[in-house]
Amino acid sequence: MTTRIERRVTSPDGVIGQSPARPDAVPKLRGEFEYAQDLTADGMLWAATVRSPHARARIVSVDVAPALAVGGVHACLTADDVPGRSVFGLEHPDQPVLAGEEVRYWGEPVAIVAAEDPRTALRAASLVEVGYEPLPPLTDPAEAEARDEVFRRLRIRRGDQERRGSVVVEGEYQVGMQDQAPLGTEAGLAIPDGVGGVDLHATSQFVHIDQEQVVASLGLRPDQVRAHPTGIGGAFGAREDVNLHIHLCMLALHTGRPVKMVYPRAESFAGHVHRHPAWLRYRHEADEEGRLVRVEARVVIDGGAYASTTSAVLANSCYFAVGPYRCDSVAVDGVGVRTNNPPCGAMRGFGAVQVCFAYESQMDRLAASLSMDPLDLRELNALQSGDPMPTTGQSIDTPLPTREVIQSLRAMPLPDAVTRPHHSLLPGGSGLTTEPRHVRRGIGYALGIKNLGFSEGFDDYAQARVLLTADGAVVETAAIEVGQGLVTVLCQIARTALGINNVTVSHVDTSRIDSAGSTSASRQTQLSGGATLEAATRLRGRILSRLGGDHLDDSGVWQGEELVAPWTQIVEQEWNETVTFRHPPTSAPDENGQGVIHADFAVAGHRAVVDVDPDLGLVKVIRIDTVQDVGVALNPDSVRGQIEGGILQGVGLAVMEELILEDGVILNPTFTDYLLPTILDAPDVEALLIEQEGSWGPFGAKGVGEPPTISSPAAVVAAIRAASGKELNRIPVRPQDIAL
Amino acid sequence: MIVAFTVNGEAVTARVAHPGSLLDVLRDELSLPGSKNACEQGECGSCSVILDGLLVCSCLVMAADVEGSSVTTVEGVAADGELHPVQEAMQRAGAVQCGFCTPGIVMAAIDLFAGSSSPSSIEIKEALAGNICRCTGYGAIVRALEGLATGGEQ
Repeated sequence: MTTRIERRVTSPDGVIGQSPARPDAVPKLRGEFEYAQDLTADGMLWAATVRSPHARARIVSVDVAPALAVGGVHACLTADDVPGRSVFGLEHPDQPVLAGEEVRYWGEPVAIVAAEDPRTALRAASLVEVGYEPLPPLTDPAEAEARDEVFRRLRIRRGDQERRGSVVVEGEYQVGMQDQAPLGTEAGLAIPDGVGGVDLHATSQFVHIDQEQVVASLGLRPDQVRAHPTGIGGAFGAREDVNLHIHLCMLALHTGRPVKMVYPRAESFAGHVHRHPAWLRYRHEADEEGRLVRVEARVVIDGGAYASTTSAVLANSCYFAVGPYRCDSVAVDGVGVRTNNPPCGAMRGFGAVQVCFAYESQMDRLAASLSMDPLDLRELNALQSGDPMPTTGQSIDTPLPTREVIQSLRAMPLPDAVTRPHHSLLPGGSGLTTEPRHVRRGIGYALGIKNLGFSEGFDDYAQARVLLTADGAVVETAAIEVGQGLVTVLCQIARTALGINNVTVSHVDTSRIDSAGSTSASRQTQLSGGATLEAATRLRGRILSRLGGDHLDDSGVWQGEELVAPWTQIVEQEWNETVTFRHPPTSAPDENGQGVIHADFAVAGHRAVVDVDPDLGLVKVIRIDTVQDVGVALNPDSVRGQIEGGILQGVGLAVMEELILEDGVILNPTFTDYLLPTILDAPDVEALLIEQEGSWGPFGAKGVGEPPTISSPAAVVAAIRAASGKELNRIPVRPQDIAL
Repeated sequence: MIVAFTVNGEAVTARVAHPGSLLDVLRDELSLPGSKNACEQGECGSCSVILDGLLVCSCLVMAADVEGSSVTTVEGVAADGELHPVQEAMQRAGAVQCGFCTPGIVMAAIDLFAGSSSPSSIEIKEALAGNICRCTGYGAIVRALEGLATGGEQ
């Protein structure tokens, strides 16, 4: 039987290329969105962590009795209480769940406490008596390398190593330790299931890897641990590694009660990995016309006490050490060292940021040596689709519009000089310290390149499921929405493929779907988006074929102008399609660092306009113009949000954000002392998107999250150099670097 | 101790653990988790509420001091199912990403517009200088509030 009704829907709203409102915007604006910090459960206990006050010490004794003697305390666990694997780690499990014999960084967890309320938990934690015998910490990366305290060395040799250019520029550069500083600190709730297993709801970028690590350290079967995606206040790399996850599950299973933990801000600074500080030495050689003849780079990054993702970050630093430029004679030597500094791991840009500051500083110096315009030099050497990567030799077979980025950036209008700027927008800000007549303006450029998705032969995949309900379609995924807008873009992709309006995204736990991989490496739009597109496309095909139609919309299946199956009839049977999406395979490097190492690339450029107070060494970043290679923009407003937010993190690294260490101890673990850009520090941003189809992402989309952070710091420093005439070989640029 | 005050128009009493903050009481005792705790030091503005007509960081207000006061939190700025014009403008402009700073930004912006219906761009920025957002770069927030100030988006 068929029903004839007037056709109401032709194509859905909120498809790709539009910018529909986020489904979670209203609950977030009303304060109703549930974050990990807001979770509660009946009978819930609160946990706190005992942390090392030393960067390195032998643990002589641990006495938990004083903590257990406090009324309301239910458990105090130490290294001896870890039921399974005693260590964890994303790539190489080397980090103790709880330190047993030695602490190797300031803030390393030694014991965990569960109590009736947070105050009691904190008090009990302060009463745990740990006997330490302090040892001299190893904090100097050069010394660590000399002692062969190394996570990974990577050597790249490509082309004729004897080639020499007539123009040579050498430089040494340094990048400080940046923190992701997501607004929401680490938080979670673990709930025992009563039969030996546990449900974990905790801040994360990758619940399946959390689940694996909890399973290993608790000595449980995989089906006994379910990690649930939960509401998250930002991430930027800080949530790839396990921190409170295993601790919460240990306490929940030990006490038989739900256990919650929220790190205070100061503890958060000790409780997650940071951006690797880096020391970079470069030699660029060019011919008289400015063509790069040879690039040599030496890259040292400090991984801190434990491995985390140091080996992958080092790889990125080395593979992108030349930048988006052609060069056929390249030598890169990289090392990631082990010290007693805080562990470093993922942060937006993941190794590509540090080297970009160095190679772009070199390109500017090379341009100066050649008396060339800095953009002309870059355009002459621009790496394009079809070229070999200068480092790995991989032929770039997806679009890489480096030249278009440069040309578009050059064509963007510059802001007018403001004759009487408002005092709040002067370098000295509302402190009224800047003498307006002394302010000097500078302009600087930088380009950056990075891989998208995981590299070096990693089996990178994402699973998604599209199913139908009485209300429409649901995309099920374990991919983490960290704020970037994946929840919106997956809806758009499914709407576009299915042809219906009513699509929602459901974040499901690790027992209900396979991994979506990490929300990192700018990869979820391409990977989880790719899985969603394929699942939705297949599902639509099956529905139309089974029900005999040529079109699907929210009212049902249509054949021409005839509704052959209303929605209620479609969903009389179960419809779902699950797809595991993989990007093109990559390979491990050979002994010279050569190979098809990466699945895709993105390039971006930034032009910074800064005002500098040379007397006080203060900087106001007035404006950033940017051009970014995005493949195809699936949600232009979200892309713009990623660009503006990513740029401000780059500006922060350029002029203010740095964790200051003394003998391995973080001296500024607060928002009072670790400075983050405010709205008055934020530059105006103008962005142009270069859209070129050809990437393997859904509809040709590329990831957009990281490129804004990669070359923005280098552009800002180039502009400060132009204004101040100073060398500035280190970021963040400090007042004394300019004024003294 | 017990403090009695008004939250979002309702009289409440709450147990206060000494030396608890107003933020602790809102979140843990009164089940109003909309105000967020992100720095505990009054640096980030995520916990902003309006206390007797003044915009404050609730993490810096001693709970014992709010006896007899009137507090408005993000949960109280619009009726169920509705949005305050500030919230509406922010939604339209795409000014929400992770959303952790959002309740504080909403409160600071409402406080700004309560004092001036058409603040300038610089007034908007100065009013929000106590609110840290780590996701958006503030661009969409400024566009939302500038639109509201000129009436263009209302």
